[in-house]
Amino acid sequence: MSKNKKPVQKADPNEEYMKGRFDIVGRRKIWYLLSLCVIIPGIICMIVKGFNFGIDFTGGTIMEMRFDEPVAITSVRDVMKEYKLDSSTIQLSGADSSVTEATDVMIRTVDLEENERKAIMATLKDKLGNYSVLREEKVGATMGSELLLNALWATLLSWALIVAYVSMRFEFKFGLASVLALVHDVLVVLAVFSFLQKQIDSSFVAALLTIVGYSINDTIVIFDRIRENLKLHFRRGGDITALANRSIYQTLTRSIYTVCTVLFTTLALYFFGGDTTRDFSFALLVGFFSGCYSSIFIASPLWVTLRGAGESRKDAKAEEEIKTEKE
Amino acid sequence: MRKGEFAKLIVIVAVIIGLFIAFVSPLAYSIRQGLDLQGGTHVVLEAEDTPEAPVNNDAMDRVTHIMEKRVNELGLTEPIIQRQGERRVIVELPGINDPDKAIQVIGKTAMLEFKDEAGNTVLTGTDLKDAKEQTDQRGQNLVALEFSDEGGEKFGKLTTENVGRRIAILLDGEVLTAPNVNEPILGGKAVITGSRTLEEAHNLAILLRSGALPVKVNIIETRTVGPTLGQDSKDKSEFAFTIGIGAVLIFMLLFYRLSGLVADISLMAYVLMLLAALKFLDATLTLPGVAGIILSIGMAVDANVLIFEHFKEEVLTGKTLRMAMSAGFKRAFTTIFDSNITTIIASIVLFMFGTGSIRGFAITLGLGVVLSMITAVSLTQYMLKLLIGANIFQNPFVFGAKSGDASGEVPQNV
Repeated sequence: MSKNKKPVQKADPNEEYMKGRFDIVGRRKIWYLLSLCVIIPGIICMIVKGFNFGIDFTGGTIMEMRFDEPVAITSVRDVMKEYKLDSSTIQLSGADSSVTEATDVMIRTVDLEENERKAIMATLKDKLGNYSVLREEKVGATMGSELLLNALWATLLSWALIVAYVSMRFEFKFGLASVLALVHDVLVVLAVFSFLQKQIDSSFVAALLTIVGYSINDTIVIFDRIRENLKLHFRRGGDITALANRSIYQTLTRSIYTVCTVLFTTLALYFFGGDTTRDFSFALLVGFFSGCYSSIFIASPLWVTLRGAGESRKDAKAEEEIKTEKE
Repeated sequence: MRKGEFAKLIVIVAVIIGLFIAFVSPLAYSIRQGLDLQGGTHVVLEAEDTPEAPVNNDAMDRVTHIMEKRVNELGLTEPIIQRQGERRVIVELPGINDPDKAIQVIGKTAMLEFKDEAGNTVLTGTDLKDAKEQTDQRGQNLVALEFSDEGGEKFGKLTTENVGRRIAILLDGEVLTAPNVNEPILGGKAVITGSRTLEEAHNLAILLRSGALPVKVNIIETRTVGPTLGQDSKDKSEFAFTIGIGAVLIFMLLFYRLSGLVADISLMAYVLMLLAALKFLDATLTLPGVAGIILSIGMAVDANVLIFEHFKEEVLTGKTLRMAMSAGFKRAFTTIFDSNITTIIASIVLFMFGTGSIRGFAITLGLGVVLSMITAVSLTQYMLKLLIGANIFQNPFVFGAKSGDASGEVPQNV
């Protein structure tokens, strides 16, 4: 549609505006393809490799302790072997940690009984020396599936409500395009977490829903401008692509400034917030980036595509009517 | 008049900066902190149906009540005991030293039984009036029991009938002690020996005093954050907060100059209002909650950016600063409104479906968006009006806009 512009007598103000500017919406197939290049391998990866679910989802026990003296990962594993838990995940961290030795040790096992956990912790103290407990977590397996189900419902419900709201304030095609952009962002974040096998816990759900909130916010600002321009600068038969492009450019400064400020705060959280919030802020970083990208390169082009589909159906119908009239 | 407006502005700016410096950290610290920030233990209990005792609403209310009693008697500060859903109770114990012991006390059913040699249950925990830990003359730790009138009679009968034989005292089916009855005990009092320490006797006394749980209860989740890790998270998120907000303040100042300064001032007011609101709502600040605040600051800036961008456009069409300002606000408002409502929808859904810390996050985010909308459209607008009204600066440049000689469209300046 963008390539074969209809001849118009008077210069379209939107086309005028776009002279010398990079045509974003016209190249929409490239952006769609680019996103699919992340999303399709991502979905394959989700199916093949799945996710690295934390104990919030799988159930299990986590013991994290800081030893007075650095301990070797092998000696921790030896202790776990005594309890037939040698498949447990053992991670070292903290100050002056190396690949094999550290003061901070995190052990993740299957869901243990209280007594068993206490026994293990006592043995660790006996064999490896004194420590202070940083964190202990025990989650039953049933909690996880509940959390997942709740998260799924929350996400779907928020999407439905957003479509409803945007359809009410704008029109359905805007609502659909904005939610498709949201789905895009959620899929991108899920893909990245599956690729990198980063851990997914309950705060990930919070991150995902924040991303939903941010992405929709970002998209609506551009749609709002399209809505305004439709009223002010659009005549029937005008170039819808140029209109969308113009709206994107008019809001571009704001899009970039805003993503910058949220990235500042999130980067600060990522670098200085400590281990406990690192995965959370990583999810947000990926999501905000994707959200900013999708509102510029995906949402508005999708709206043009959706509108185009509607228009061409109308056109075809109109042409048919003309034909039948002739006959 | 002009000077008056400028003076007003200076006063507002000075007051907000003063309040911010004086109150931001005391206010932040007075908000109740979650277990992940101050250390402590979080326990989720779930009642299970058994043929004898099916779970119902009344039973759960009693479980909650008994939990409150037990936790209070353990002498822990600021515990939170909450019913969640149909069959769960959440117990939060901040700043606790020995979580294992507490969990043990909380999780016990504490069903006390007195049995004769034949194994018949003669008395139960409901026959007790009081239980206290003691150390006797020989240094033995014990729990002194006082029966109700009816219980005293039953116990008297039990001991009278079983002189020379053993009776057993059981807790949750485990034998605590099985003494020989030497003579009938008629005074309505008895002791349970066998506690290794006075603390053990103390905990047993608590359990007996608070009574037995009416249904079987399982511990399905426990989370303990040690004080070291809690302090660490607190320090780090505080630092991240300072850096994050500092970067945003500088950014706004660089890109929007005087308008940016106005935005920074209202951002400070916004942070104070958010903290005050959290304090007022008695919310618990968790780590995701802090993240929510940090995030909402980024979003609060967005409202200001939208206003300034519209303002810049209006200036470029050749309007006066004053007219550009009111037109810019009008246009920005619909955008801010629509885009924020969608975020509010998301945070309401999050609040409804989320549990624990996710809820805390939803509250800070939702509240943040609402407050940021209010500060942006009222405070920022008011201060800018005063600034323009003061008529000291006439060059649009100081307001972050380019002078109005362009073609009527915003140039791409990034």
